[in-house]
Amino acid sequence: MRTLVVVGNGMVSHRLVEALRAEDTEGAWRVVVLAEEPRPAYDRVALTSYVDGWDVQALTLSGSDYAGDDLVELRLGDPVTSVDRAAKKATTASGHVQAYDALVLATGSRPFVPPVPGHDLPGCFVYRTIEDLDAIRAAVEHAKATKRGRAAAMVVGGGLLGLEAAKALRDMGLSPHVVEMAPRLMPIQVDDGGGRLLRKLVTDLDLTVHTGTSAEKIEQDGDRLFTKLTNGTELDLDLVVFSAGVRPRDDLARSSGLAVGERGGIITDLACRTSDPDIWAVGECAAVEGRCYGLVAPGYTMAEIVAAQLLGRAGEFPGTDLSTKLKLMGVDVASFGDAHATTENSVEVVLSDAVGGYYKKLVVSEEDADGKRLLLGGVLVGDASAYNLLRPLVGSPLPADPAAMLGPEGGSSVVGVDALPDEAQICSCNAVSKGAITSAIHDEGCDSVAKIKGCTKAGTTCGSCVPMLAKLLDACGVEQSKALCEHFAYSRQELFQILSATRITTFGELIAKHGTGAGCEICKPAVASILATLDTTDRDGGHVLAGEQATLQDTNDHFLANMQRNGTYSVVPRIPGGEITPAKLKVIAEVAEEFGLYTKITGGQRIDLFGATVDQLPHIWRRLVDAGMESGHAYGKSLRTVKSCVGSTWCRYGVQDSVGLAVELELRYRGLRSPHKLKAGVSGCARECAEARGKDFGVIATEKGWNLYVGGNGGALPRHAELLASDLDKDTLITYIDRFLMFYVRAADRLQRTAPWIEEMDGGLDHLRAVIVDDKLGICEELDAAMAKHVENYADEWRGVLEDPEKLARFTSFVNAPGTPDPTISFRAEREQKVPVLLGVPEVVSR
Amino acid sequence: MTAVEEKRATEVVEICRFDRLIPGRGVAALLPGGRQVAIFRTVTDDVFALSNVDPFTKAAVLSRGIIGDVKGVPHVASPMLKHRFELATGYSLEDETVAVRTYPVRVTEGMVYIQP
Repeated sequence: MRTLVVVGNGMVSHRLVEALRAEDTEGAWRVVVLAEEPRPAYDRVALTSYVDGWDVQALTLSGSDYAGDDLVELRLGDPVTSVDRAAKKATTASGHVQAYDALVLATGSRPFVPPVPGHDLPGCFVYRTIEDLDAIRAAVEHAKATKRGRAAAMVVGGGLLGLEAAKALRDMGLSPHVVEMAPRLMPIQVDDGGGRLLRKLVTDLDLTVHTGTSAEKIEQDGDRLFTKLTNGTELDLDLVVFSAGVRPRDDLARSSGLAVGERGGIITDLACRTSDPDIWAVGECAAVEGRCYGLVAPGYTMAEIVAAQLLGRAGEFPGTDLSTKLKLMGVDVASFGDAHATTENSVEVVLSDAVGGYYKKLVVSEEDADGKRLLLGGVLVGDASAYNLLRPLVGSPLPADPAAMLGPEGGSSVVGVDALPDEAQICSCNAVSKGAITSAIHDEGCDSVAKIKGCTKAGTTCGSCVPMLAKLLDACGVEQSKALCEHFAYSRQELFQILSATRITTFGELIAKHGTGAGCEICKPAVASILATLDTTDRDGGHVLAGEQATLQDTNDHFLANMQRNGTYSVVPRIPGGEITPAKLKVIAEVAEEFGLYTKITGGQRIDLFGATVDQLPHIWRRLVDAGMESGHAYGKSLRTVKSCVGSTWCRYGVQDSVGLAVELELRYRGLRSPHKLKAGVSGCARECAEARGKDFGVIATEKGWNLYVGGNGGALPRHAELLASDLDKDTLITYIDRFLMFYVRAADRLQRTAPWIEEMDGGLDHLRAVIVDDKLGICEELDAAMAKHVENYADEWRGVLEDPEKLARFTSFVNAPGTPDPTISFRAEREQKVPVLLGVPEVVSR
Repeated sequence: MTAVEEKRATEVVEICRFDRLIPGRGVAALLPGGRQVAIFRTVTDDVFALSNVDPFTKAAVLSRGIIGDVKGVPHVASPMLKHRFELATGYSLEDETVAVRTYPVRVTEGMVYIQP
């Protein structure tokens, strides 16, 4: 077995290892990755999104720890310091010596810091790694904590990276000044016209832009920084971020005598081989035939061709598409092909509307003999919806008049995906052509976007081509199923409409008339949830365990408690707003003691009582209900908690009564069944102690009223809620929340959280606001009435069980031995409480 | 010989009245020796008995799962991690090397019996 050493552990390095391991089924190579950074490769392209939640996990690339692969060794935090080419050995900073048969340099690039006097003062940063952002964040927090007024920052560089950095700083609450030496922002990607509009759009978003100038010096000024620009402007600053481009990291190549380019970069041939045949270079450190590429897509291509060569196949770098599309602070910017019209005799067609906020330019060739013009490139600012259609057309004849193709529908009304040639690249990150995708659809039977992603890798990096994948499926005549499961050909939203329109009240009738088979664990709880929302009075008080409804419920709803790992349940009484009397606390304590329950305060300001068996549940509830408590719905896809801070009653900063409002909201929406569990928070001031922006709906008090945020969540993909409306009085606030929740309950998919529901909505948050605030769809009256009915008909589910012997009878351990405890359940003590003992060997039959 | 003794002789265990089973739901029952069985009644009144223990998590909870069908084959979805098991054979629909034990079940004169 031969040894491949990969120096560097960025996105391209990871792609190389991934490609090699996927293809090397014989195990010809073992791979040693020697990494400088302390963590496995992460999505550096998405670095700016780190500011959204400071969650390293969210940036992690799947499989980058190579867990479970014995043929990959990942050595983190130990950079290579020298390569002995004669002995074929690499030595790391810690002194580790690693022999190799083949070596790949994937050392990436370093941020370029212009030699401005003062560039190395404390408070000056670069923008490249998670550590850089952590350091910037610490400086921002220090600045905010020690000063009054808004902290300010200078970003040196107004290109792609500079604007990214400015966005990150803006999101951290600073006022960023962007300083760009060129006469316009993003000089490489956009032209003068696009640059002008881009400047206006980012200025509207509170960025200050200085173009055609640069920092002359940076000086320490007390505990702040001071800079003077060459145009005479003086700025007081709290920090400076350099993001003025990158330089290839070729030091290791230089010290080991490999050829490097005049302007840096490790010289390679088209096979990415350096001047030493056993050493390759890939990604931003490589200068393929003298040219460096600062984008991830060409790096991925290099990684794949090197992996191919290691396995004995030929590979050559085919050149690359330097098109870019991004959304910076909500501003679309795209550039593709020959954006600057450098082709001889090319013609530019421009559609510019500063009022409408867009600038679109196509570069086309002269008319050929057939009167056709080839698309050469273009620039789109403000509205880049045409990008996905136009970029693959580069080099092909335009299927319609250029001006028509720049129209408001992004040209898609004029020309569809049908018009694209087979060789048009749909996914530029992974170099997947239209032909490859259509053959995956026709020949491999891919009938969903997810399957195309799995089969071709298209849409798996930046995701901007995903809408095109769906259109290609349509174009190939593949109907994309929104079906809930095999029993219903309808989406949850459609089932909601069917149930609402037909007044069908049972699952049996619904599946007989509109479905097939007997149902399953997917459709049954979904229908149960819809029935619970639609109709709270017609059947047995609308109790979730009434009649056939009981058979549809997940075990949590069936036993009105949360099943835990050993088959016991946790019990959670509602503690609205987290406010509880000592008397009720005492009852909870007594119940926990009497039934031997493990007790824990939850993140949602309630008390979990763990370890209750099925037959104990009614006895526990009896005590709690008698003491005036009720179901906390910790088990349901329903409203869980409305968390609150202390608010103006006690807190010296609070400007409104957050506890009072949280209690009111929690009681208003308790028991509301929804597609996913719902959480909320109310904070009494901008300090946000209730973490309301991490919730499905969050309310934050202002001096003038309440701000309403929607679409936040914790979970595996945490997200901050976004502002829906501000400075509301309480009645308006409640009306908006009523409509938001009812609209969500009716329109979302099964198990879809509010955040992806809003994201996938055509028009996103703006559309949601138009529906809720401006009644764009004319449904507000209906939503209001539905919520009024819910509030009016609420009844405690536990009480309902305790009052009904038939329902009570289900809470038994064994049908033939009621009251006998489950023998598989046992507990041991830990930190003075009981915890489940790991379960024994089950009765398994193996085939 | 009384009726009860006769059942003991053939090792059949009387579980409960058939109408105690809710169509579309399961119950747990205890067998001699402490084994647990999950008994399901489908909406078409077929009755199935499986070990109550979910082999993937080892929790005795299968009786509390939702039952349904996959292309007409009745199954129960474990409430623990939603693994599905065919009611008639006990085989996992996700991993055909795993199965839970099944038990012969009979309904006679309104009573449910299991052969342990």
